[in-house]
Amino acid sequence: MSTTPFLVLSALLFSIGAIGVLVRRNAIVVFMCIELMLNASNLAFVTFARQNGNLDGQIAAFFVMVVAAAEVVVGLAIIVTIYRTRRSASVDDASLLKY
Amino acid sequence: MTWLSLIILIPAASAAVLLIGGRLTDGWGHLLGTAAPLASFVVGLVAFLKLRNDGDPLHQNLFTWINAGSSAPGNTPFHVSFTLLFDPLSALFVLLITGVGGLIHIYSIGYMADDDRRRRFFGYLNLFVAAMLTLVLANDYLALFLGWEGVGLASYLLIGFWQYKNSAAVAAKKAFIVNRVGDAGMLLAIMLMFRSFGTTSFAGVSAGMDRVSSGTATVLGLLLLLGACGKSAQVPLQSWLLDAMEGPTPVSALIHAATMVTAGVYLVVRSNFVYAQSQAAQTAVVVVGLVTLLWGAIIGCAKDDIKKALAGSTMSQIGYMMLAAGIGPAGYAFAIFHLLTHGFFKANMFLGAGSVMHAMDDDVDMRHYGGLRKLLPITFLTFGCGYLAIIGFPGFAGFWSKDKIIEAAFQDNVLVGIGAVLGAGITAFYMTRVMILTFFGERRWRENVHPHEAPPVMTVPLVLLAVGSTFGGVMLLDGWIQGWLKPVVGGEGQENLPMAAWLIQVIVLVVVAVGIAIAYLAYGRETVSATAPTRVSVFTRAARADLYGDAINEAVLMRPGEYLTRLLVFFDNRRVDGAVNGLAALIGGTSGRVRRWQTGFVRSYALSMLGGSAVVVLAMLAVKLA
Amino acid sequence: MNGSESSLPWLTILALVPLVGAVALMAVPRGGVLPKQVALGFSLVALAVSIGIATQYDTGGGFQFVEKHEWISSFGAHYALGVDGLGLLLVLLTTILTPVVILASWDDADGARWSTNSFFALMLTLEGLAIGVFAATDVFLFYVLFEATLIPIYFLIGGFGGPQRSYAAVKFLLYSLFGGLLMLASVIGLYVVTSRTAGGPTYLLQDLMKTHIETNTGRWLFLGFFAAFAVKAPMWPLHTWLPDAASEATPGTSVLLVSVLDKIGTFGMMRFCLGIFPEASRWASPVIMAFAVFSVIYGALLAIGQNDIRRLIAYTSVSHFGFIVLGIFALTSTSQAGSALYMFNHGLSTGALFLVTGFLISRRGSKMISDYGGVEKVAPVLAGLFLVAGLSSLSLPGLSPFVSEFLVLAGTFTSSIVAATVATLGVILAAVYILLMYQRTMTGPVRESTRHLPDLNPREIASLAPLLVLIVVLGFFPKPALDAVNPTVTSLLHQVDVHDPVPTVAANHEGASK
Repeated sequence: MSTTPFLVLSALLFSIGAIGVLVRRNAIVVFMCIELMLNASNLAFVTFARQNGNLDGQIAAFFVMVVAAAEVVVGLAIIVTIYRTRRSASVDDASLLKY
Repeated sequence: MTWLSLIILIPAASAAVLLIGGRLTDGWGHLLGTAAPLASFVVGLVAFLKLRNDGDPLHQNLFTWINAGSSAPGNTPFHVSFTLLFDPLSALFVLLITGVGGLIHIYSIGYMADDDRRRRFFGYLNLFVAAMLTLVLANDYLALFLGWEGVGLASYLLIGFWQYKNSAAVAAKKAFIVNRVGDAGMLLAIMLMFRSFGTTSFAGVSAGMDRVSSGTATVLGLLLLLGACGKSAQVPLQSWLLDAMEGPTPVSALIHAATMVTAGVYLVVRSNFVYAQSQAAQTAVVVVGLVTLLWGAIIGCAKDDIKKALAGSTMSQIGYMMLAAGIGPAGYAFAIFHLLTHGFFKANMFLGAGSVMHAMDDDVDMRHYGGLRKLLPITFLTFGCGYLAIIGFPGFAGFWSKDKIIEAAFQDNVLVGIGAVLGAGITAFYMTRVMILTFFGERRWRENVHPHEAPPVMTVPLVLLAVGSTFGGVMLLDGWIQGWLKPVVGGEGQENLPMAAWLIQVIVLVVVAVGIAIAYLAYGRETVSATAPTRVSVFTRAARADLYGDAINEAVLMRPGEYLTRLLVFFDNRRVDGAVNGLAALIGGTSGRVRRWQTGFVRSYALSMLGGSAVVVLAMLAVKLA
Repeated sequence: MNGSESSLPWLTILALVPLVGAVALMAVPRGGVLPKQVALGFSLVALAVSIGIATQYDTGGGFQFVEKHEWISSFGAHYALGVDGLGLLLVLLTTILTPVVILASWDDADGARWSTNSFFALMLTLEGLAIGVFAATDVFLFYVLFEATLIPIYFLIGGFGGPQRSYAAVKFLLYSLFGGLLMLASVIGLYVVTSRTAGGPTYLLQDLMKTHIETNTGRWLFLGFFAAFAVKAPMWPLHTWLPDAASEATPGTSVLLVSVLDKIGTFGMMRFCLGIFPEASRWASPVIMAFAVFSVIYGALLAIGQNDIRRLIAYTSVSHFGFIVLGIFALTSTSQAGSALYMFNHGLSTGALFLVTGFLISRRGSKMISDYGGVEKVAPVLAGLFLVAGLSSLSLPGLSPFVSEFLVLAGTFTSSIVAATVATLGVILAAVYILLMYQRTMTGPVRESTRHLPDLNPREIASLAPLLVLIVVLGFFPKPALDAVNPTVTSLLHQVDVHDPVPTVAANHEGASK
């Protein structure tokens, strides 16, 4: 079975996620787009694992899931805190960290 | 001779006591200061007698001054041992410096009696004597240079002794700096000696001299001449001497007439082995001497300031000595002979001038004098002896010495001889002018001036120096001076006068008489105005301006130097330092621009990350494809 | 390098005495005279130890009081100390100047933003580090200490001094770090070179002197070292930090900066540039001599044009350092002995000049020459000592700098007539800048503003006296110092593999020494 469709799907999902990060302002949506990119790469990992006939890629996918879970915890906490203090979930409003 | 060094050490120690002791020594400082050169004189006299009996030069090796560099095979270390050499030439100088110097110290006790810094004055004088003695007793050019700069320092301090006067301070600085130019020449000469011979001792240089190329010998001779020009105020480094008259008068007598300014002549005579190898250098010495003797004489004619008139005369007389020294073995002895007699009569006249100034409340303008001979009889008589000596009145010291130089000049070259005779005529003119303006004619004193004769402490040295000016010629008896100096400077040249010696004497006397007559006609018979006439010929104006020596220095050296300095200061601040500060500003400015990229928008960071990743991917693909 | 191991690590002890003093000062209560006395006491102990070392020093040459311990063996760094004649002379200069400076700056730090304790502690730290620099015989150790000296001097300039002091301090630091960076590259380069040799990587000077370095590599490494030293020994055009630093720092700091720290530059040129890179030294010598001669004239002319006394003295130092570098790279034994001696003499004479003008400036509160006039009349002792210090700076014979300056010139003259002749012009210009300054400040009619200047007090005289006495004594009797440096110079010339030019006429030496 050819792995190409899986890889194409992975690339497609990744691109959608990347564009979403770049164009959307709502922090929650940006956050979901990042998740989308992570899962796109997971799909690629699993596909390559299948293609190469070993489990390395699948292990990497698990790692990514664990890290993503941790990231969600921290990231959502930050977003909620920002929302509480600034009454806004737009990423552009949090631009204090500049020159 | 372990006691030889006492000649230098006594005045040096006295100077140290007076200068370091400060006000503690105010009470007795002048007595110690006067005793020191007299004590040196006694030691010098003992050494002189010993030298005359034994005939061998005395030596004392004091210590190794410098021993620098590698003594490994193939290398040449620089070695100077501090050795004193008391040979016939140094002996004469030691006696002149301590003898005349001692008299001038005695005179200064009276002259400086009212100055509250008299003790310091004596300290400086002692310092000078010690340095001058080092100069003439050194056995090595570098050690000589130590004394050479030492007398320059003493001269600087003493010219500027009344340094609260701006003119004195400026004159002192000028003297030092002009001398430094000459000293640089001398330093280069010493370096050239080290390069050529590996040593700078008189003996070493003398031994190697006949094996150097004539070019080296000429350069060496010219560099030494440059040094001599600075110290002896010879053209082109003459300009400092007239300003140096800002110093107290005993200083002018001791340093700027009798001893220090003649050091250049000493240097040339001492370096006779250098000049023996280079005709060109000898000719240069003669030319410098001739030009200066006329230059100084012309300046002397136009000055109303008695000390400056005498200073012009000093330049001129040293020109005679230089001229004689440049002639070679035929002239060396006479150069020294004239140096000694000049030491007597010029010190005599300067001290006489000091006595007159003392009487006239420190007024130096001769047009304010007149008719002083009755009020200052001793000064008048002693000054008269000096006057007769310098114009070469038969029988007086200057007659013998100057006459011999003119004879030698004729032997060398008729033109040089004619120049020397002309100089004698001008000398007669300006000295007669000084005499008439000061001591004869009617009184032209200012109000409130009450001339009075100086105290004995000042007149006794005058009398002794007058005796020297009168009878100094005895040194020529039986050719004593030539014989005495022969071991140092070699024998006399052959006699090939273009005319008989008596004829030259007659010519000189006639020219001198003409000079006196002109002066008498111009100043003796006319009434002299108390202010200098302003409508004068272009020549008088030139002579009053020291023949534009200062103007030339200013236009050629000082102005361009100032511009260069200002330009460089600008260059250093704006360009060199500016480049550094500019670089700093560039970096600061660039980072100011670059930090604008940190907008704080997450999206732009994400975009740049994406762009960066894309670039990395493309680069990897490119590498893979290539 | 035939020095014997000594029983006690004297050099380490010598370097530690002032460092311990610095720590002790932090424990001493602030204010009062106690910190000053403690600082002076420690610096005097260091002086005593260094004099002890000097008396035990054998003038036969070679490195003595050698200490050697492995430090970082993976790249061959050692804690290695030892002094030869040159190093000893400069260590002595450091230990002599520190107590003098402490005595002279007794009250200078009172009322500053930082405490007097820290002022003197920084000075003592600087002294300890400088001793280490002059005694280091390991390139890595030298480099570390070389950079470490920047820390105390940076704070000394930036913390105590005139209104522009932080600008001056930062400028000084950036210049030095820039030079140090180039040197670091060369130090690393040395590691690369030596790690390929049979003995493995080493930074010991004695090993490096035997290491063969390929010509081009050697030249590049040489330039790295030389650039760092040229910044330190301010050579044109890397000199512009000096006038600012010297004019803004306190007089005492200026003395330590110019007389001690800047000597590291010329010391390093002799010890490391010539010692490790003989071929490159010969290769670079004509260009460096040209720069040195230019520095001599340029510094002198700029000194003439200054109206700020402190900047004037700084520029005279540019000129004097030109002489020192000229003598080093003329590659004759006479000129190098002159340069080595000049380092010592320049420290004394410029130190005296900075201190005496510092006393003058502190009385009137202005650094401008045009604000003075007639001081000689009201403060004769100050004027007299100023004149002696000035005369030593214009190298009057009879004062010590003359001997060294003349040796530099005479030695240079045997290898390059042009360079020596042009440099001799600097001698004339020296008279101009010193006497012009003296005339404008000290002579002339007394000004209203200077009428009430007090003369020097005993403490100030006591701080100047040792320097002036040394200047006079070494002027007539430089033999001990020259005896110390002659073997250093001999071995350096041997290392660089050059000989003095033979005199054009072999003169009769017996006649000379009769």
